This record gives sequence, C-alpha cells and structure tokens, in this order.
Amino acid sequence: MWSLRDKYAITGVGYTDFTRDSGTTVLNLATEACLNAVADAGLKPTDVDGLVSFEFGDSVPGIAVATAMGIPAAGYAIDLKGGGNLANLVILQATAAIEAGLAETVVVYRAMNGRTGVRLGSGRDMKAHGMTQFTAPFGWLTYPQAMAMWCRRHMVKYGTTSEQLGTIATTFRANAALNERAILRAPMTLDDYMNSRMIVDPFRMNDICLESDGACAVVVTSAERARDLKHKPTYIAGGAYGGGRDQGDDLFDGLRWADHSENYAAYIADDLWASAGLGPQDIDVAEIYDCFTYSVVMQLEGLGFCKPGEGPDFVQGGRIARDGALPLNTHGGLLSEAYVHGMNHVVEAVQQLRGDAGARQIEGAEVALTTAGAMTCGSAMVLHN
Amino acid sequence: MYAKPLPVPDPDSAPFWDGCRDGRLLLQRCSACQAWRFPPERYCPHCQSAESAWVEASGRGRVYSWIVVHHPVPRDLYAGEVPYVVALIDLEEGARIASNIAGCAPEDVVADMPVEVSFEAVTDEITLPKFQLRQT
Repeated sequence: MWSLRDKYAITGVGYTDFTRDSGTTVLNLATEACLNAVADAGLKPTDVDGLVSFEFGDSVPGIAVATAMGIPAAGYAIDLKGGGNLANLVILQATAAIEAGLAETVVVYRAMNGRTGVRLGSGRDMKAHGMTQFTAPFGWLTYPQAMAMWCRRHMVKYGTTSEQLGTIATTFRANAALNERAILRAPMTLDDYMNSRMIVDPFRMNDICLESDGACAVVVTSAERARDLKHKPTYIAGGAYGGGRDQGDDLFDGLRWADHSENYAAYIADDLWASAGLGPQDIDVAEIYDCFTYSVVMQLEGLGFCKPGEGPDFVQGGRIARDGALPLNTHGGLLSEAYVHGMNHVVEAVQQLRGDAGARQIEGAEVALTTAGAMTCGSAMVLHN
Repeated sequence: MYAKPLPVPDPDSAPFWDGCRDGRLLLQRCSACQAWRFPPERYCPHCQSAESAWVEASGRGRVYSWIVVHHPVPRDLYAGEVPYVVALIDLEEGARIASNIAGCAPEDVVADMPVEVSFEAVTDEITLPKFQLRQT
C-alpha cells in the first residue's frame, strides 16, 4: 500500500488549449503544459529534475520534453505504457521517486494529439496478434465497443437504463458550460442525450468521451518544499493502483475477467481509503474517470459511495450536480471538457482545492477524489488542501 | 480478398485455429490442474504448469453479454455489416469466448440465450467460430 500520506504535494498545474486540431506537435503540447505547470508553481525549469508520463504509442518521451524545456539534468525520466488507468499512478510514481532520492521536483504530464494524431477510438491493428486475435476478427475493435460489453452486463444484472446513464452526461455538460477550457459547452437535455445517435448499443454518441488534442501537467514535490512555494499545497493524502485477477492488457483481456458488472475500483478501494485515512463520506468533490458514462457508475459502486447495482440510482436527483451532495467532474470530464486521458481530472481537482476554479468553484471544497481507469486496472488518489 | 482483421496464429494459439479449420472447437486444458485456458497460453495462470492438452468442446454455450455495433469502424470494412452483434459467450466447459451471433435479429439477443458454434471459412487458412441460437 502507498504509505506517504501528506508527505508530498502538487504545487503547480499547467495545460494547453484543448481543441480538435492543435495545429502543432505533441512535443510542443507537452512542453507548453509542463512549462505552464512549472511557472504556476513559481519555479524555473532548472528546478525540475524528474519527469513522469504515460503514453499509448501517441506521445513523446520525458527526456525529449526535458530537452525542450531546458532541464539540464533530469535524474529521473520514465514513460509508462498504458491508458487512462495510469493517470493517477504517474503521480504516485513521482512521489516514490522523490522518496527514493531519485529526484526532488517532478513534472508529470500527459500530452496527445488524440484527434488529429493517434486516435484511440479508431480501433486496432488489422493483423490481429496476441490477445487481439480472439477479438478483432469478430469486429470487436474499439474502446466504445469494449466498454459497451461491460455496461450491458450491468444492465442485465441490475436493470440499469440508458436514461439513468443520461443523467451523468447531462450533468457533466452543465458543468462544462461554466468551463472556458471545455470543448463541448452547449446545454444537453436528457432528450438530447436519448436522441443522440446509437454508436454501439447500449452506447449512444453522448455516452462516449471526446477525442481531442491537448496536454496537462502537474508539479509534484515534497510537502515541506511545497509550503515555501507560490500556491497553497495540494496534499496527496492517499493513492492506490491495481485491479483484480486477470487484468490482462486492460482492454479486451476482459475475456478472462470474472464479473463485468464491476471493475478495478472494487479492488483498490480498501487500499485507497486506508492510505488516506479517509472514506467516501469525506469527499467534497470527485473527478471520476468518464471515458464513458457507464464507467462513472462502476467506480462509484466499487469505491463504496453506494452498493453494487445502486450507482444508476445514486447519480439521480441532483446528487452529483455542482450544488449536490457529491459534485462530480466539475470541469465537464472526458465527456465534455476534453480527453486528456484523466490528467485533466487531476488539474481540475487541484484548482478546486486551491479555490482557483472560478465559475466552476465548489465552495468549501477541502477533500477531493480523482480516479483513472474504467476496466480491469486503474488508479485513484485522495487530495486535500 | 478478405479485408477484415484476421487472426495471426502464434505457437500457443495455432492448435485452436487449426481446429476451427477442421470444424472443431478445441479448447486448451491444463494437464496438471485441469483448468481451461482461454485464450490459449503457455503457462497455466492457476498452477503455472506448461503442460496442456487440446480437448474438443461441445460448441454449446450461453450469452454472457453482448453489444450491437451500429457505427462501423473502420467504415469501409463494416458499413455493409452493421448492425451486427458481438457477444461474450460462456461455453459449457467454462471458457469465455468472443464471437458474433448470426442468424437472428440483433434485438432478439438476450442474456443467457443458448447458442452453438458454427464455422465460417474466411480464407484458405482461417476459419472463424461463429455462434447462432441453439434450439433446445
């Protein structure tokens, strides 16, 4: 279990514009977001000595970003291979590196031209090697097609309906309307949601996240050092990473997964809350990984905000709206803000806890949850101010 | 020429695909602990044995979950196929396999629906196992 409660903090956040056509390279996006994060922390690039990122064959390595930023001696630079499941693990990885003495100040980023470059939604190699030989030949190729299989199982087991999932999409869109960074800000009614095109039943277009170009970055350093810097530190209270048996490659290896009505969240909940010394009842605002509407339900259930099967009811009645008991995805999430693979959720949580969220600010937010992942494997953190 | 994704058999999976070409659904079973291994793999994840045997399955199973693809990806390959069903099927023996459900309307697919295998040769080398409603 991660055991560095409150010893490390996020002290700066940075991001680029989120667009459907950045008009620039992934290296430039990464560099811009990282420079912004370092400046936000009140630091100079020469103060940074570590970089952590993750990529899916769609980004640039940390040593290249260090070079572009003019970091003279990055003693620690690693690039994890994987998807949104890693978006919180990379920050835990930064704390581990600092704890081990490999670095003092680490910038963590995710950068991608997810719309104009490598599109994760576009499916897999036409030559189906490895695991994919048992999925792709049947026309089962894309992330929405993969996740829809999980959603259906929840519908079979618990009677979950599209209308219930629609509340998640409309709530996050309402949040995005207040967010000048968000790509989709036009209001969405439940009728709009229900009338959106069926992509892969049970998913409509509005169940599925954006594809976008952009980058986000955060600066991680010791809590002691963070207290001397420009902003009030955002402390990392707890964190966890993992999933159940048979995680495979987190996508179509669901063939081996025992019960598709639950995901990684059920398996990391105990470690997450124990590491933080907090529980679901302590969370003021949560930025939940929402590659699809349905993934939000499974994580709320798995992390203990409600019981298995209760998620679809739990999100009704305004509970997850910005004025509800548990405001979710105050930036609009992957569904309406942008697809920065979960790193945008971390940036938003930090801004909420610093009181810097402008029109999106949830008054009195002191403890935030961030999550990353949807299927067999994922990561999560508890942050506080 | 068949343009859709084709499996690339590897040393572990070749017997499975050879079986399909012969019209037999073969499943790998651990010789040490008798656990089914699907997808095929060298080491048993339960007991780490590298010994296994190939056993002909009944070809019968039930629908565990399913999706109906309406938006074709890639469009040029699947525009003429949609809507089509991809299902996870729990075989009687215990393995869970992905395939298509053919021969019934997508809206008629339900959980636990009994299905049975049939084989569709798509190239000289590759035959895909497909499933259809089983009349019980």
